[in-house]
Amino acid sequence: MLEIKNIHKKFGASEVLKGVDISVNRGDVVAILGPSGSGKTTLLRCINFLEKADRGTLIFDGEEFALERITKKDVARLRRKTAFVFQNYNLFRNRTALGNVTEGLITARKMSEQEAERIARRALDKVGMSERCDYYPNQLSGGQQQRVAIARALATDPEIIYFDEPTSALDPELIGEVLAVMRQLAEEGMTMLVVTHEMNFARNVSSQVIFMENGVVVEQGSAKQMFEEPRMARTREFLGTTANR
Amino acid sequence: MISERLWDILADSFLKILIPGITVTIPLTVISFTLAIVIAVVTALIQFAQIKVLKQIARFYVWVIRGTPLLVQLFIVFYGLPGIGIVLSPFPAAVIVFSLNEGAYASETIRAALESVPRGQMEAGYCVGMSYLQIMRRIVLPQAFRTAFPPLSNSLIGMVKDTSLAANITVAEMFMSTQRIVARTYEPLALYMEVGLIYLMFSTVLTKLQRIGERKLGAYEQQERTAVQMTGVRRMRRRGLGR
Ligand SMILES: Nc1ncnc2c1ncn2[C@@H]1O[C@H](COP(=O)(O)OP(=O)(O)OP(=O)(O)O)[C@@H](O)[C@H]1O
Ligand SMILES: [Mg+2]
Repeated sequence: MLEIKNIHKKFGASEVLKGVDISVNRGDVVAILGPSGSGKTTLLRCINFLEKADRGTLIFDGEEFALERITKKDVARLRRKTAFVFQNYNLFRNRTALGNVTEGLITARKMSEQEAERIARRALDKVGMSERCDYYPNQLSGGQQQRVAIARALATDPEIIYFDEPTSALDPELIGEVLAVMRQLAEEGMTMLVVTHEMNFARNVSSQVIFMENGVVVEQGSAKQMFEEPRMARTREFLGTTANR
Repeated sequence: MISERLWDILADSFLKILIPGITVTIPLTVISFTLAIVIAVVTALIQFAQIKVLKQIARFYVWVIRGTPLLVQLFIVFYGLPGIGIVLSPFPAAVIVFSLNEGAYASETIRAALESVPRGQMEAGYCVGMSYLQIMRRIVLPQAFRTAFPPLSNSLIGMVKDTSLAANITVAEMFMSTQRIVARTYEPLALYMEVGLIYLMFSTVLTKLQRIGERKLGAYEQQERTAVQMTGVRRMRRRGLGR
């Protein structure tokens, strides 16, 4: 469903992505693992055009796009099929939980207010936040904010959701509630591309695991294969040390 | 000791000062400040959105206005421009100068407020499919406006007082009226203190309005308390029903 080929990105002189290829099938939950600074965030941001890749190809539902000269129109069209969950939630600060979810539906998708609200309430219910509809982001805990952010992503009915370390800004006791929501989505067959440091999530929830380092994919495989019999020594070393941390 | 004569002068002059305050100082301030905000928003947005040539012009405008005294600007427009055939009446000349002057300062306030909105707000907007203009209008500008509100209120209060400079270009506002009365009565101390008190009155009203405005705008910060109170009430109600 989603395929990225040979994506390159430089910040000034430093090359952050050095020709990354990944592919995601419908219904896959793909975990991207790797040490800090390996380019995971940059990869997700390039795929969703928050950052402009220098070079690379993106194939979405069989349609091919050259990342270095993609048009605004195509960007807008692709973004309608995707959603993004940020490490620091990025909820709209001047909107309630409900407003955060309806905002895009009303402005970008031209839905009526009632229709948007109906969908938003369903999405908030799904992440267990319907009780907090009228709360502003600063009245919610990190875990609650992230669940609202997931509801905001779900409400647009995306074909794939990108997650950039959705739990790493959270206090340890709040991580579970967010992971539970993500696990539920995975079970329902949502396609997800998840940058994470949560080894248990990668191991038990994801179907595919990608290990990245220094701007390249070191190894990609099924979660079982990657954790139990990785081909590359570096993968074994990284997964071994972080898993036992 | 305040003599009876002085009391009479003060009482007699109070309305003579207050009325030009209401008919000239306040309209001058309101019109100039409104125009200033329009100029400031446009100037700030041009810079925030990095629009090429316009950005240079905006920077130049802010640089010139902030680098020259307001009084000099008033004199150039009112006494200077007739030299090249542009003759303006005192009031419009004052409006032009005050709005251009305040527009430059306020644009810096608004620009800083725009820049204080985290980048993530914009990115989140893009990710739910909103366009640049939609995000600006519905997410970034409202947040920036809230940040800019207290400093802009200060500027407004500052402007009420600065309008007294318009007396120098023969605008018949409060201070000008006071000067006239002083020339007649030779009671500068009492009269200038009287007009000072009237300015103080105006400023106090604006400060009160600022508080109210801040409370209204602070909705998504202060609702913390009300929301907590509300859930408290709800909980109590539920308990009451249970019994
Ligand atoms: N906007 C930017 N400008 C310059 N350099 C950047 C920028 N964004 C990222 N980088 C650099 O690119 C490299 C990769 O960053 P990236 O955030 O993609 O890593 P990451 O794998 O997500 O790391 P982490 O696990 O810490 O989140 C880092 O060296 C970082 O300093
Ligand atoms: Mg990262």
